[in-house]
Amino acid sequence: MFLLNHLWIILALPLAGAAVNGLLGKTFSKSTVNAVAVGSVSLAFLAVAELVREFFQLSPDQIPYVGNYFTWMTAGTFRVDFALQIDQLTVVMLLVVSFVGMLIHIYSTGYMAHEGGYYRFFCYLNLFMFFMLTLVLGANLIVMFVGWEGVGLCSYLLIGFYFLKKSAADAGKKAFIVTRIGDFGFTVGILLVFFTFGTVAFGDIFKQVASWPSDPAGHMGTLTIICLLLFTGAIGKSAQLPLYVWLPDAMEGPTPVSALIHAATMVTAGVYMVARMNPLFSRSPMAMLAVATVGALTAFYSATIGICQTDIKKVLAYSTVSQLGYMFLGCGVGAYSAGIFHLMTHAFFKGLLFLAAGSVIHAVGGDQEMFHMGGLRKKIPITFWTMFAATLAIAGAPGFAGFFSKDEILEATRAASAASTPIFVLWLLAVAAAGITSFYMFRLLFLTFFGKPRYDEHKVHVHESPRNMTVPLIFLAILSVVGGWVAAPHFAGGTDYFEKFLHPVFSTYAPADAVGNAADAMAASSGGEATTSAGMEIVHSLTGWPVIVALLGFLLAWWLYIKSPEIPKKIAKSAGGLYTLVFNKYYVDEIYLALIVRPLLWISTNVLWHVVDEGIIDGALHGIARGAQESGGQARQLQSGNARSYAAWVVIGAVGFTVLLLVLWTKVVQ
Amino acid sequence: MSVVPVSYYLILSAILFGLGVVAFVFKRNIITIFMAIELMLNAVNLAFVAFARAWNQLDGLVFVFFVIVVAAAEAAVGLAIVMTIVHNRQTLNVERVNLLKL
Repeated sequence: MFLLNHLWIILALPLAGAAVNGLLGKTFSKSTVNAVAVGSVSLAFLAVAELVREFFQLSPDQIPYVGNYFTWMTAGTFRVDFALQIDQLTVVMLLVVSFVGMLIHIYSTGYMAHEGGYYRFFCYLNLFMFFMLTLVLGANLIVMFVGWEGVGLCSYLLIGFYFLKKSAADAGKKAFIVTRIGDFGFTVGILLVFFTFGTVAFGDIFKQVASWPSDPAGHMGTLTIICLLLFTGAIGKSAQLPLYVWLPDAMEGPTPVSALIHAATMVTAGVYMVARMNPLFSRSPMAMLAVATVGALTAFYSATIGICQTDIKKVLAYSTVSQLGYMFLGCGVGAYSAGIFHLMTHAFFKGLLFLAAGSVIHAVGGDQEMFHMGGLRKKIPITFWTMFAATLAIAGAPGFAGFFSKDEILEATRAASAASTPIFVLWLLAVAAAGITSFYMFRLLFLTFFGKPRYDEHKVHVHESPRNMTVPLIFLAILSVVGGWVAAPHFAGGTDYFEKFLHPVFSTYAPADAVGNAADAMAASSGGEATTSAGMEIVHSLTGWPVIVALLGFLLAWWLYIKSPEIPKKIAKSAGGLYTLVFNKYYVDEIYLALIVRPLLWISTNVLWHVVDEGIIDGALHGIARGAQESGGQARQLQSGNARSYAAWVVIGAVGFTVLLLVLWTKVVQ
Repeated sequence: MSVVPVSYYLILSAILFGLGVVAFVFKRNIITIFMAIELMLNAVNLAFVAFARAWNQLDGLVFVFFVIVVAAAEAAVGLAIVMTIVHNRQTLNVERVNLLKL
């Protein structure tokens, strides 16, 4: 029970690593930096493993296990403790974050070996681990918010890691500012939570909300407003419509950063937050519908952009946005455990895809353009096979991790759509997105590894990555294949282990009139012998659809990029405007620039700067200063240095004072 | 026995004080200015004595002694300053002693 009582150790390890490397790293050799950075994260992973072992010895009524360390701040009734907690959801997140984080640290020792600022990179990476673990361990909204903002900071620092490059520095700023828009809503949401419940601790909020009735559908009650505000934060952090624009630009950062922060962990913080606040969300049908709608639209929308991208990392970035949309769709239809399950498998296969893409970029000497690759299959076999496994996983090939998680979300959506038509539309979008996902992923795979080499073979010396890069790939590839099997009994009609494990988190405070709580309904029905019922058979027959569209996507990609590679250009030409539209990402960046950034800049420059700042604020300041100077200059003349003039002033003063006294005296007498 | 009214003393005191003021402001010689100050002090002394006599109280007399003591001290310090000025500037004209301005 040692670690359970000292949860802070898990946070202290990566923080210590960051501090040592950040303060002393400049004088360290690379191997010392490696030892500190990888060592601290590995120790953190071991600590998490031990913590999980201890966690399983707890009795159910001890969960969530809260460790309250000190009172951070109090003001009136507002009280924030520095408290950490662990429950089933935290366990899943801890394992994913620390394990994937450790692998990516190891990978980075190979990938960043020839880069400048080596210690700085690992300092930021360790700091990121600290904040991410704070985010998932926090027992109240404020501690969670500290982690939330901290990972945003590390994201900014790491996107702008090559800060001498203007595009990288700009991308960092864009990520920071765009997520700030969402965080504004999140902060207001936290304040509203405190205003409503008088506390920010999860346990206390949930206990209170348990006695609340659900908001009626289509009604904007307090709960709905809270949920929508919190979800705004999730939209920013998890790059959903309409705030997704920062994530593709974030690919300016080094590839391990894209894998760790912008695929596996930080961007899923929004999903985690929604799942964590499930007692609130489940009581607000409107907020749930909003979550599901944003999720499904994003999943479909960004998948379509992924089709036309030619930068290997940009394809993966849009794919991440799309997959995050699936997670929100899952949460939005009440299948929180499916959303978290997809979060986990996505961390494996998308982390792997980024790392493998990094390995490809490493192999061809830094070029990210897919049309400059091709035919790499034989030359970098480990990268190819691991990436192939990840592609199968994300495309939803039966048996691979992504198949189980994506299917569970789609099935929950399908089950929820029985009660409402809009959700059926969302289901159609999500299935279509599954097909598109399969298409663009195989397009990526074929363009990169198949066909004839399109790079200059004399200049580019293609080489397989060193072992410290390939070993993490292999580990993640294994997880991409087997990582979904914990959900396998689900397809045999049973309750899968993952859902059963998370069940207490999502059911303890669930409303009695569960809003579209499809996962629970399914778990309940499939627990018995209901598998043979007609309803379940329909559900099961429909699970085939995602597989079929994924297969269609694969075949299309094969036909266009292997069989007859000249066709895509013809299609692009004949589609004309549509192709240009999608190729330019629907001009969303340009629209934001014209509608928001430019007017804001204009107002800031011409009104706030030149009028308010220079005119009013500076004017008032300078006016006061000038007035003081001029009156002082006038008064200075009195001081002539001539003793007799001073005497004259004294006399004038004395006479004046006497006259005043006389006047007052006569008034008193009267 | 006819008593001189107190107002006579006060008018004389005011005249002496006014002369002192006028001399202090208009004279250039530092010694003369110094004497003007003494004249003003003694004008005030006269007023004090007159009031003490009129109301049969000792307070005014006590004040006069204080003024005389302070005037003696001031004369000692003031004349020392005058000596220093003369020594440094070879002049008694206050118009030429104007370094106190900005």
